[in-house]
Amino acid sequence: MATFALVDCNNFYASCERLFQPRLRERPVVVLSNNDGCVIARSNEAKLLGVGMGAPMFKIRKLVAEHDIAVCSSNYALYGDISERVMTVLGASAPSHEIYSIDECFLDLDRLAVPSLTDWCRLLRERTRRWTGIPVSVGVGPTKTLAKLANRLAKKSAKAGGVLDLVHHPAWIEAALRKTPVGDVWGVGRRWTVMLEERGIHTAHEFANAPDGWVRQRMGVVGLRTVHELRGFVCHALEDQPSPKQTTCCSRTFGAAIREKSQVHDAVMSYSERVAEKVRHAGQVAGAVQLFIRTDPFAQGAPQKSLSGSATFHRPTSDTREISAAVLRIFDRIWRAGYDWRKAGVLLLDLGMPGDTPASLFDRIEAPDDGLMSAIDQINARYGRGTARLGLAQKDGEWRMRRENLSPSFTTRWTDIPSARLT
Amino acid sequence: MLSFVDCPPKLELPLFGTQVPAGFPSPADDHIEGKLDLNEHLIRRPAATFFVRAAGESMRDAGIFDGDLLVIDRGISPQPDDIVIAILHGDLTVKRLKKVAGQWHLAAENMDYPSLPIGENDCEIWGVVTTSIRRHCGR
Repeated sequence: MATFALVDCNNFYASCERLFQPRLRERPVVVLSNNDGCVIARSNEAKLLGVGMGAPMFKIRKLVAEHDIAVCSSNYALYGDISERVMTVLGASAPSHEIYSIDECFLDLDRLAVPSLTDWCRLLRERTRRWTGIPVSVGVGPTKTLAKLANRLAKKSAKAGGVLDLVHHPAWIEAALRKTPVGDVWGVGRRWTVMLEERGIHTAHEFANAPDGWVRQRMGVVGLRTVHELRGFVCHALEDQPSPKQTTCCSRTFGAAIREKSQVHDAVMSYSERVAEKVRHAGQVAGAVQLFIRTDPFAQGAPQKSLSGSATFHRPTSDTREISAAVLRIFDRIWRAGYDWRKAGVLLLDLGMPGDTPASLFDRIEAPDDGLMSAIDQINARYGRGTARLGLAQKDGEWRMRRENLSPSFTTRWTDIPSARLT
Repeated sequence: MLSFVDCPPKLELPLFGTQVPAGFPSPADDHIEGKLDLNEHLIRRPAATFFVRAAGESMRDAGIFDGDLLVIDRGISPQPDDIVIAILHGDLTVKRLKKVAGQWHLAAENMDYPSLPIGENDCEIWGVVTTSIRRHCGR
């Protein structure tokens, strides 16, 4: 029988913060989104105190003070490095794996011959915690959807000890389905949840027993696949080769509202550099670029505006110079004074591998590579992002992100590695 | 169209080198060695290895000085006499793990500092120190 596991890091961002700051283990921890806007991760203690996912910082200030909650700005350099370590440990342990997100990984355990899968999962859990410092939960099921469902229950139940195997305990599947709200089923989003609940379908069990024709009519083939997976029929295999991305984006909310054209310009140029670096890292080239800027939709009474424009490249490129020149032309075209701009983003579209785009009649070949971009990328890889840049934007401005409680880059910068006391 | 002449598209030609299984192997092949890589020498489990800076003098007699760079391998299970990073009062601390007559200690290696008896469960060993690195010339 097919055997999938979903390994999910417990409260991943909070666990990363606690790894190098043991004092935080004695306090509830929350991690804030970019610009310290709202809560995107909570330790168990913070969850118990009633801090909601997505709660804006200003709404929980009182709770933070009352319970001495530790508030961290998101530190993606740290989370990315720790994630890579977790994935390495998991990937080295299982026959094949699929990194599903920064803190989730599917394993295909079909060909794994062990006397007790539960014991094996417990060892994997212990090894991951020991090696990387990150606690994980493991759910095992005959399909990816059931593995995900098992994982959620493994995390909730104290009895499970972080592991729930539905493959070798098929009798537990029905109870597991009954215990799971339909909105918590993998692939069932908020709109479908509302629709299903309106029609009296509240649990994964009721959903799994809905008639095929009805599901197909209301939710299409995607919904039908989810139902089949809940019944134990594999519709989603492991994707160990992630499909190459079609678009990539760098967008940020500014640290404060900005009216000044030169400031927005600097932000936009900086995002162009970053997004170009991203496609180069993926070994891709972009066929088109899009720029958007917009005001804060939550600012009451202020005039609202959202502007965007795009440009197509004659020949696909990943060169920062070409991309930022195109973005600059769009920017000058769409710019309007008199608004409080709050967010901007640069998207690269129509991504492909160099050489696989059908050449247009006159531009038979791609731009000659003078090596400048790869030199810049190498310098920045060695000495830290932003060391070598084109002279496109001032280094600091009001558009820079607000990160008041940023922890050090404990694992990715020499000056930031933790200290141990010899006293 | 000028650039067409300047920069002809790359042509991948098969090169017949020493990779081809047929033919005579180059006598030099056996003697090619990789460059010496300190990472490889010092780090056995990259996913479990972390760097920590030593701050203080309590391990002087073990040869660990203030400012040294410590290589920590969390994949090693701690045993008596290992130098370890332990969590003590919410801080990372470097000590030698000792077991004397059934009692665990975190021992300093400097007469001026005390050893601390610890219970089996009231102290977490964060990782085992495998290597310390000290610069002798700062320029």
